[in-house]
Amino acid sequence: MSNTTIVLFTALSIGSALSSSAVALLSDRLPRLINYAILPLLSLAGMAGVIAGLGALQTGIDLQFTLPFGLPWLPWHIHIDALAGLFLTLIGLLTTAASLYARGYLQEYLSGSDSLIPLGVFSGLFVTGMLLVVIADDAFLFMIAWELMSLSSYFLVTWQHENSANRRAGFIYLLMAHVGALAILLGYGVLAGFGGGFEFALMRDAELSPLWASVAFGLAFFGFGMKAGLVPIHVWLPEAHPVAPSHISALMSGVMLKVAVYGFIRVVFDLLGNPQCSWGVVVLLVGGISALYGVLAALMQHDLKRLLAYHSVENIGIIFIGLGLSLLFAGTHHPLLAALGLVAALFHTLNHAVFKGLLFLGAGAILHSSHQRDMESMGGLLRRMPWTGFFFLIGCISIAALPPFNGFVSEWLTFQTALQAWMLDNGILRSLVPITAAMLALTGALAAACFVKVYGVVFLGQARSRPARRAREVSLSMRISQGGLAALCLLLGIFPTSIVNLLNQIPTELLGQGLTHYAEHSWLWLTPVEAEAASYAAPLLLVGMLLLWAGMAWWLRRGEMRQVRRSDPWDCGFATPNARMQYTASAFAQPIRHVYGLLFDIKEDVKTLPDGSRRHHLQVDDRFWNLLYLPITRIVLSSARRVSQLQTGQIRHYLGWMLATLVVLLWLIM
Amino acid sequence: MDARDTGGAVMADYVNPVGWLVAAAQGLLYVIAAPLFAAWVKRIKARLQNRRGAALMQPWLDLRKLMQKETIVAHTASPVFRAAPYIVFGGTLLAAMVVPLLVVKLPTTAIADVIVLVGFLALARFFLALAGMDVGTAFGGMGASREMLISAMAEPALLMVVFTVAMTAHSTNLSSVIELNLQTGLVLRPSFMFAILGLILVAIAETGRIPIDNPATHLELTMVHEAMILEYSGRHLALMEWAAQLKLMLYAVLLVNVFFPWGMAQSLSPMALLISFVALCVKLGILGGLLAIVETVFTKMRLFRVPLYLNLAFLFATLGLLSHVILETGP
Repeated sequence: MSNTTIVLFTALSIGSALSSSAVALLSDRLPRLINYAILPLLSLAGMAGVIAGLGALQTGIDLQFTLPFGLPWLPWHIHIDALAGLFLTLIGLLTTAASLYARGYLQEYLSGSDSLIPLGVFSGLFVTGMLLVVIADDAFLFMIAWELMSLSSYFLVTWQHENSANRRAGFIYLLMAHVGALAILLGYGVLAGFGGGFEFALMRDAELSPLWASVAFGLAFFGFGMKAGLVPIHVWLPEAHPVAPSHISALMSGVMLKVAVYGFIRVVFDLLGNPQCSWGVVVLLVGGISALYGVLAALMQHDLKRLLAYHSVENIGIIFIGLGLSLLFAGTHHPLLAALGLVAALFHTLNHAVFKGLLFLGAGAILHSSHQRDMESMGGLLRRMPWTGFFFLIGCISIAALPPFNGFVSEWLTFQTALQAWMLDNGILRSLVPITAAMLALTGALAAACFVKVYGVVFLGQARSRPARRAREVSLSMRISQGGLAALCLLLGIFPTSIVNLLNQIPTELLGQGLTHYAEHSWLWLTPVEAEAASYAAPLLLVGMLLLWAGMAWWLRRGEMRQVRRSDPWDCGFATPNARMQYTASAFAQPIRHVYGLLFDIKEDVKTLPDGSRRHHLQVDDRFWNLLYLPITRIVLSSARRVSQLQTGQIRHYLGWMLATLVVLLWLIM
Repeated sequence: MDARDTGGAVMADYVNPVGWLVAAAQGLLYVIAAPLFAAWVKRIKARLQNRRGAALMQPWLDLRKLMQKETIVAHTASPVFRAAPYIVFGGTLLAAMVVPLLVVKLPTTAIADVIVLVGFLALARFFLALAGMDVGTAFGGMGASREMLISAMAEPALLMVVFTVAMTAHSTNLSSVIELNLQTGLVLRPSFMFAILGLILVAIAETGRIPIDNPATHLELTMVHEAMILEYSGRHLALMEWAAQLKLMLYAVLLVNVFFPWGMAQSLSPMALLISFVALCVKLGILGGLLAIVETVFTKMRLFRVPLYLNLAFLFATLGLLSHVILETGP
């Protein structure tokens, strides 16, 4: 694919996203435009993005040019390279799936009271913002695109603003997004100060002293980490993601967090360069804690979308474990291992986008057909929504990192990177890295527990409420988009060598070293370091599995494969079980809550109501609210109160303050 | 044979049809031997308790009988319930085929390394737990919830053991690890001592033996594994039971072959295979006896003491890793 084609498709992608947004202005007058123009344009934007991104990844182009927009002395700089290509692909994939899905999902809102204009307009702008962030090549365009993304997603979160919880979530999101953006801006400020300009090319050549480099790193880590949802600056995420419409939740969790990962990689690996070993340690630890805390918090939830949002914290943690390992190895001059860590992180980025998108779309399908978000009122949905149930199961297996699906491959690569820790000279690092790997192992096992809970409570068993009993399978477009993502989960898991081959462009470009032995024998075997050390042949495993099943089926054919007798459940011969005797989501997580309870604020009590019946009440809160955020809020409020003492209401005082300010400013610039 | 001495020795064999045949035969041996090993443990245990115990062939007869019986499925069960026995059995068997039984350097060990093995066991467990929740009974949910708690705490300990061994051998490929141990002979590595202790504790927990779970219990509130398969009958039950026996065998073989690989065949000659077979029988026999003693001496512990037990396993594994890092590799 030639460079011009790639640029044309990128332009087409951004153009269609923008025009979708423009057409959406008319959507209240002509609701049919939603199905016939707005969503198709968004799909087009997505597909063009995928084509452009894949082209960039495959050819490994490095294309820079300027556009005559922006400030007079600073035209927009555009840069399309392999890294941008990966994220263009990601954004494109999920946008396509989400816009196809929205066709069915938005039907019930067509006649509702909520205006569709903001939804359509800001969806288009949101996608435009994300696309622009990844191709920006100067800090100015980057920040404009970043703000476009943040602000438009704020309006999407607060789309159904009649609900006070949504407004609260939106406010927290807006606030934290801006604190994060401020940190990013300051980080760019440091870089621009040394580089002498806002273009990324100048920043790349800047010579920073180690201290200033660390300052820039810290600011970037804080800013992008806040957007990505690292612990402890994750609290906006479980508030904001669940309240957005489900296809937007899929986009936010699947892609917007990844754009933050992109920003981090761009600034730290590309612009700063020469990573220090200590950065790696910090990123590794924060990533490990995020992964573990995210999955534990997810286990405590019984709101399906909130649970999925906490799993985003977990998976972002896993991605940052990979990035941390990469920085650590790069800082200790092991470029090959640094490349391996980066590939593992990028692979997980891709995988998480796909399966988290799939799971959010599935949660949306349940919400759509049963109007329930609380898992305690679901149950038995597999029989009523077989397709959604099947795709959701694939998503669950993938996110629980079970072979042969995609989540497993990237976690396997991360483990393999961590296992190369014996190459490190420093004994502390050598023991720290495997302990982080153990945290990752615990995270994976807990994620499996969590998704047994999710799938068992939501799709298996018996319906726990009337809406769940009346749920119906969702429309074709919603099923197709879920099915596509589910198929991708399997494909990415079965053909990891081809994906690593594509991703390998990125470490080559950023670290000057790619993986060399990843397919030492053939495309069947993935061998991260060398064949002797570790190998994983996913296609052969799948074949083996299928052969085994075929063998079992052949062997058991006498047993009347299809015929089994149906009867009531046995349950040790007690009374016939009813829906209320099943384990609930809270009951399932009770042992884990018991073991890890100290990490959370748990309020549990049983009340006896006047009529003699009893109610069990359980509330699990993030401890970080009390430990970190409420003190900050109190400080801000009390200092605001101090400052407000200036506000005397007398004009003399105000004039006096103005004069003083003027004098100070004059003194400063003298 | 030159390829054996160069880098990619393990994989160079993947075109060799004999290797694949032996690998398949080894898988079959796992399937056949697993009920026998379970019966052996049961028999020793019975002797220790002054009972005569069932014949060694009893599990086989049980499986045959279950296969022939009618299979009953609850009205409330979904397709997951019917697919689960096949996935659980298949996943466990695939995991077992990764562990070298008689001979190293088989092509199956190059397909998947030990982390993939842990992954396949996790896949089997995932579906086992889902099957427990599927019918919608209280016991099934209880079993699933407890199983996931136990496994969530056992898996990191298991992986720490794996890391200790893998960092020593610089490989997660079980074949390479065993070959290294065969070459170096019996070196008293402190890291391996801790790793063995950790792995034993994990193996007991993961295979549902006393003191974590009681495979012989039918007291509803004390069971974990039995609670999950309560609703199964006929061939489904047979597959589930068989998978559990296979898992026990897998852990036993992992323990004896990784840490005490004496006698394992390094080539495919009949003599070497025979020696390896005899050695394996002796090793498994001793291990089975030890397991029976443990099961006789200890009692089952409360569920909420299990995390303490597994923390101990994790501690051992971590100590193993740290002693490897501190004592065995200098800067």
